[in-house]
Amino acid sequence: MQDKNDTFVIGGHEFTSRFILGSGKYSLDLIQAAVCHAGAEMITLALRRANSESMGNILDYIPEGVTLLPNTSGARTAQEAVRIARLARELGCGDFIKIEVIRDSKYLLPDNQETIKATEILANEGFVVMPYMYPDLNVARDLVSAGAAAVMPLGAPIGSNKGLCTKDFIQILIDEIDLPVIVDAGIGRPSQACEAMEMGAAAVMANTAIATAGNIPAMAEAFKKAVEAGRSANLSGPGRVISRGGEASSPLTGFLRD
Amino acid sequence: MPELEQDFNIPEQRKESRMDHMAYLPDMEVISSDLMEQVITKMNAYDYNLYTAADVEQALSREVLREQDFAALLSPAAEGYIEEMAQRARTETRKHFGNSVYMFTPLYISNYCENYCVYCGFNCHNRIHRAKLNYDEIKEEMKAIAATGLEEILLLTGESRKMSDVEYIGEACKIAKQYFKQVGLEVYPVNSDEYRYLHQCGADFITVFQETYHSDKYETLHLAGHKRIFPYRFHAQERAVLGGMRGVGFAALLGLADFRKDAFATGMHAWLLQRKYPHTEIAFSCPRLRPIINNEKINPKDVHEPQLLQIICAYRIFMPFASITISTRECQRFRDNIINIAATKISAGVGVGVGGHEGTKKGDEQFEISDSRSVEEVYQAITRQGLMPVMSEYIYAG
Repeated sequence: MQDKNDTFVIGGHEFTSRFILGSGKYSLDLIQAAVCHAGAEMITLALRRANSESMGNILDYIPEGVTLLPNTSGARTAQEAVRIARLARELGCGDFIKIEVIRDSKYLLPDNQETIKATEILANEGFVVMPYMYPDLNVARDLVSAGAAAVMPLGAPIGSNKGLCTKDFIQILIDEIDLPVIVDAGIGRPSQACEAMEMGAAAVMANTAIATAGNIPAMAEAFKKAVEAGRSANLSGPGRVISRGGEASSPLTGFLRD
Repeated sequence: MPELEQDFNIPEQRKESRMDHMAYLPDMEVISSDLMEQVITKMNAYDYNLYTAADVEQALSREVLREQDFAALLSPAAEGYIEEMAQRARTETRKHFGNSVYMFTPLYISNYCENYCVYCGFNCHNRIHRAKLNYDEIKEEMKAIAATGLEEILLLTGESRKMSDVEYIGEACKIAKQYFKQVGLEVYPVNSDEYRYLHQCGADFITVFQETYHSDKYETLHLAGHKRIFPYRFHAQERAVLGGMRGVGFAALLGLADFRKDAFATGMHAWLLQRKYPHTEIAFSCPRLRPIINNEKINPKDVHEPQLLQIICAYRIFMPFASITISTRECQRFRDNIINIAATKISAGVGVGVGGHEGTKKGDEQFEISDSRSVEEVYQAITRQGLMPVMSEYIYAG
């Protein structure tokens, strides 16, 4: 069971759920499932889609009480990201902003340098900045200095469902960065979400994995359980893992007892 | 294909004294680029009969396709793998686009044309009703289109710098920005500074059909006008990118020449440009030849529906992130099925004459369309398949 006291804080806001719904691929079913079955309290929202006024506006689907995390997808430079973030604030989407600066239409990999620049400008303007980034320790440190409220490293190329391809580097961020580390892209299965949480991630974000599932509500619930299990494991301190075969309990120091 | 040229009723005197189609005219910007040389060299070397079923199977087994895999998927050997290609294409489409299907409509604002392209209804020797919308008429048309719920518009003109100059197109873009989120252009190729101007006016996407990448064949089909200059047209997308446009679209008019080579060249053109400018959004259109006013004989020749499906799936599997538009040249059945496989963008409420969305049409059509459904009808058709119609997913970020 989820411990209601085990919360994490971003920009002064407290969250109980450690599952965040991405919005690249969305439908009414998906959002309902994420809120009802996965317990999501934060949903990202591409401003370029949210500003649609007619049929199929995503804003109509998001229930009250859920924190909106508008993102700057579509931005190719820091300047464009800043422009989109300001527009999000003008449209009443709040102060949270997920920075996405992408100038690669094939793999959609984030541009870390431009992301740092955008983070600095927007943090100075009072935004709660959550940058999507390629997991690089130096960049993460720069993002901390620039005023980020969390860092969001990718596990694998977005939409790929490949899991934690960058696992070792995410672990370094978790170990070295004092801000919440939220694994943002590539999580394809509940087991991978569980693993990220077990490693010490503050939260995970997924979209495609649930959006493309055969049974969306069931998969949403599976993610909820996986995230909770991983979190519990992390809090309880994972036991020792033996890589191969058995092992004497004190192979080198046993002689002391002889 | 001599019988193709017979279909076009070209008067003998028009075939003579033609200017060099490979030489730029004054005022045409020359950019430093080797893309054309690369694409043409690759296309000339492409012998699709050399590919076997094993090559196709290997291509389909790869996660990221190489040039030779794309070549295999366009070969006759792949015709036996259409179902497998469609399955793979659908997986890629869903992975990159979810269940979104983007809707838009074209608006022809002028059909004056100075080119003589023998297969096109707008060609300057075809006797049709010519017209050009004034700014008030453009506004009224756009109001009527916006009232249907659409948020993306594609503005088209015939190719006449005299009758529809860049300033006129720019003004049309500015009006369009008042009514639509996204503005695309399918107009005659211009220089990069002119693309920059049009971008500042609100357009962000440029589509230019190369028609055919076989320059010798191109020469016999485009007998007069600026469009005759093959390299200037080829480099249009790159000039558009240099002018700041976010996305560029590519197409060969299938049926004009050897369609397998043309599809291969189209894919390589897009692929090489994306490698050179990785931020650029890539789009494909897949038009086939259609009958025109005063010539009912024009047809897509050897490009039947299975071949068209093969080409569209090959584009999708080779460049899974690219937008693919399905034209109203195709029928309702084909269009409704292809959006469930590989196409991500579909037009609705389409007229290909000048005006006609508000009141009566002013000028004649470019070609005959096959799917005349309204925006609401296409919207429902998308929803019935469990897909999600999306009116806009775009923000003008400068």
